[in-house]
Amino acid sequence: MATTPTKSKNPIPNRERIKMPRQHMPEQPPLVRAQQFTEVNLGYSAELAQQEALRCIECAKPTCTETCPVGVKVKEFVQLIVEGNFLGAAAKIREDNVLPAITGRVCPQEDHCEGGCLLKKKGESLGIGYLERFVADYEQQHFDTKNIVKAPPTGKKVAIVGSGPSGLTAAGDLVQKGHQVHVFEALHEVGGVLTYGIPEFRLPKKIIREQVDYMRAMGVEFETDVVVGRTVTIDELLEEEGYDAVFIGTGAGLPQFMGIPGEHLNGVYSANEFLTRINLMHAYEFPKYDEPMVDFRGKNVAVIGGGNTALDAIRSALRLGAGKAYVLYRRSEAEMPARIEEVKHAKQEGIEFQVLAAPIEFLSDGKGWLSGARCQKMELGEPDASGRRRPVPIAGSEYEVPLSVAVIAIGTSANPIVQSTTPGLNTNKRGYIQADETTQRTSRKGVFAGGDIVTGSATVILAMGAGRRAAKGIDEYLKSGQW
Amino acid sequence: MFKIIHAQFIAPGIKRFILEAPRIARKQRPGQFVILRVNQTGERIPLTIERSDPEKGTVNLVVQSMGKTTHLLNSLETGDSILDVVGPLGKPSEIAKFGTVVVMGGGVGTAMAYPTAAALKRAGNRVITILGGRNKDLVLLEREMREVSDTVFVTTDDGSYADKGLVTDKLRQLIENGTRIDLVLAVGPIPMMRAVAEMTRKERIRTIVSLNPIMIDGTGMCGGCRVLIEGKSEFACVDGPEFDAHRVDFAVLVQRNSMYRDAEKRSMDDYKRELEAKKAAVKTEAETACVLEGK
Ligand SMILES: Cc1cc2nc3c(=O)[nH]c(=O)nc-3n(C[C@H](O)[C@H](O)[C@H](O)COP(=O)(O)OP(=O)(O)OC[C@H]3O[C@@H](n4cnc5c(N)ncnc54)[C@H](O)[C@@H]3O)c2cc1C
Ligand SMILES: Cc1cc2nc3c(=O)[nH]c(=O)nc-3n(C[C@H](O)[C@H](O)[C@H](O)COP(=O)(O)OP(=O)(O)OC[C@H]3O[C@@H](n4cnc5c(N)ncnc54)[C@H](O)[C@@H]3O)c2cc1C
Ligand code: SF4
Ligand code: SF4
Ligand code: FES
Repeated sequence: MATTPTKSKNPIPNRERIKMPRQHMPEQPPLVRAQQFTEVNLGYSAELAQQEALRCIECAKPTCTETCPVGVKVKEFVQLIVEGNFLGAAAKIREDNVLPAITGRVCPQEDHCEGGCLLKKKGESLGIGYLERFVADYEQQHFDTKNIVKAPPTGKKVAIVGSGPSGLTAAGDLVQKGHQVHVFEALHEVGGVLTYGIPEFRLPKKIIREQVDYMRAMGVEFETDVVVGRTVTIDELLEEEGYDAVFIGTGAGLPQFMGIPGEHLNGVYSANEFLTRINLMHAYEFPKYDEPMVDFRGKNVAVIGGGNTALDAIRSALRLGAGKAYVLYRRSEAEMPARIEEVKHAKQEGIEFQVLAAPIEFLSDGKGWLSGARCQKMELGEPDASGRRRPVPIAGSEYEVPLSVAVIAIGTSANPIVQSTTPGLNTNKRGYIQADETTQRTSRKGVFAGGDIVTGSATVILAMGAGRRAAKGIDEYLKSGQW
Repeated sequence: MFKIIHAQFIAPGIKRFILEAPRIARKQRPGQFVILRVNQTGERIPLTIERSDPEKGTVNLVVQSMGKTTHLLNSLETGDSILDVVGPLGKPSEIAKFGTVVVMGGGVGTAMAYPTAAALKRAGNRVITILGGRNKDLVLLEREMREVSDTVFVTTDDGSYADKGLVTDKLRQLIENGTRIDLVLAVGPIPMMRAVAEMTRKERIRTIVSLNPIMIDGTGMCGGCRVLIEGKSEFACVDGPEFDAHRVDFAVLVQRNSMYRDAEKRSMDDYKRELEAKKAAVKTEAETACVLEGK
């Protein structure tokens, strides 16, 4: 079914293709979508997808694949779309990426595949993410889990700790190799950040559920409500529960606060708490769901930070009825780490960006609730260790913003629970687990790690890449018994 | 799903549950808690593990009806199930030979203090227990506490049982009598813990309290449970729930616990209305049945 086209079926000459405009992603109108949590992007139709696919100039040296962290064979799957073989295209992507419906939606494509696409030099890059999403959704609608072929069992058991993209990818790959796979998750739902962090309007929960159901059908077992390190330790999994190997994919889930006065006031949230209440606990559906949320209607809300987390939080606040919604970011827009599409969407929805500004104090209404933030303006100085220009406070530039809610989204760090309960597991200075870059092996025999818990907060596709390498590393270890 | 092996009211509005939770039972140590979610639309709430039986694979919880979730929980019976239970969470209590320890339990706080009191006794401490409740019915676990204490004092606010007064009155008496106290463990309502802290601060008696902020995940992920400890934020679910009482900012705890008062009230009111509607429906059904049967 999934054949690679030997000769191009694209009838359009290359010089014409370069002139074709990029097909727009159909989306909900900004004012409509800002009122509800349903997905913003509506997806390409088959016609739009094929029209867009025709733009690919089929480069001899496809830089799109080189810049994709897992090396998706973009040129080949795009040609299968041109041919109308959508299931074949999905299978082609799956050779390198087991969660295409997710990456198609959330990868920072501008930094990866689309950033590398040669068409970008001539105008606009190919809509690789949109196409990836299209074929994945098409596959979901047309795929029958009965068609799943299970590998012959090897008799080996692997425990996966954490069900974010790294854990899910490792689980999917390992079960395909015939190993028995058991995923342990601390929360009551699986999916990691995909479930508790990224909101419904960007990544519908249904998509994660479908991917997980697919894995269940392949034989992966999921056990929620298990905090490894507390409920059971890594050593107990290896020694008492008979697991032959363990993969740790626990993410970088510890919220950072700013350490400025007033952070304990009611109305000041970490992005993790704010997004968890909304996504995992469905606070936006209160009172149908019991989880409460403060009343946002007509209120001023700000998020501090400029990453995807910050934008997810502020756009959620808007959907809960916020009157004014601000992003306070201490550098300029060029340095914002968020996906370009999210910044664009946020602006369309009416979110105000106050860049080169940071709060230095949260103000109280005298009754324990937040009433505003005292902020300071910044200018950009010399580049720092990250290569981005460092924000430098401008003396005397202080100003106040009246606020009822502030959400702090300035980053996360490693959760120490697993590391502190697993003797001999080496970590770096910042508490992240040390793992080999090709095999994902840790300092403990039989224990592998990958994703944000090794690299610090990164991206879905990088976590998946690590999960895939770990699965390979684990498979080799289980076969050879060599450490 | 976590099966309820046994459920029984032990006082008005206070129910003890024995749950099947083998993994948690094996690991639990005094001072630790679980977070549970009753059903699909429920919120997550923390509850202390009163005791566990690793052999039988069970843990006990003692729950006081406060708002919707605890009312809903306390409506469950033997044989019902709870959707999610995760634990054991939090730092276990510090158990050592301190000398003389005064354990103070207010209301349902007694159930939370019990496992630590028992462990302190086993560690060779002299345990003086002061139990308090608003009235006779709300003095919990007296028999159990007597088994693990050298001396037990009981107070009730209204004098309906034992000594009329507050647990802090008893503590003051002990201090004034010159009783040597090496450690105080106080678990109960925030005003009680705060009062104990004020009293022992002056006497320089080391005092531990178990804080009860609002929690979600219980693993350090959300930061919602942060409490102010000597001006620094700490997460009660991983750095606590027990803290040095003299370093705790109780005012901030009270303030943060009031954050969702309106929503909590709404949930409770809706829940009450739902219950009444159900009762009414059952009644009409019974009446219709009577009519049909010609009675
Ligand atoms: C709000 C938000 C938006 C984002 N948006 C994007 C985006 O648009 N594009 C993008 O590429 N990236 C995005 N990211 C980053 C991306 O989500 C992460 O890099 C990625 O999810 C990391 O995957 P992971 O598998 O390492 O861990 P995670 O997704 O963090 O999952 C870890 C899982 O392990 C569980 N766990 C932790 N400790 C234990 C334990 N002791 N026992 C059992 N289970 C445990 C956790 O509960 C969690 O479910 C975003 C992140 C956030 C927070
Ligand atoms: C570590 C820890 C251990 C706990 N152990 C126990 C236990 O063993 N048994 C038990 O009955 N309860 C215990 N609690 C308290 C219990 O979690 C709360 O009573 C429960 O969350 C209330 O939920 P609700 O929906 O029924 O009430 P809500 O609607 O949330 O609240 C109803 C009323 O209770 C107040 N309230 C809310 N949260 C708390 C709280 N955490 N403490 C005190 N008052 C609160 C509210 O201000 C409101 O007035 C513990 C709390 C913590 C943090
Ligand atoms: S996985 Fe991400 S980076 Fe790779 S091709 Fe797909 S969208 Fe692009
Ligand atoms: S770089 Fe762009 S144009 Fe070239 S093969 Fe890849 S997607 Fe097609
Ligand atoms: S409950 Fe979320 S960090 Fe403590």
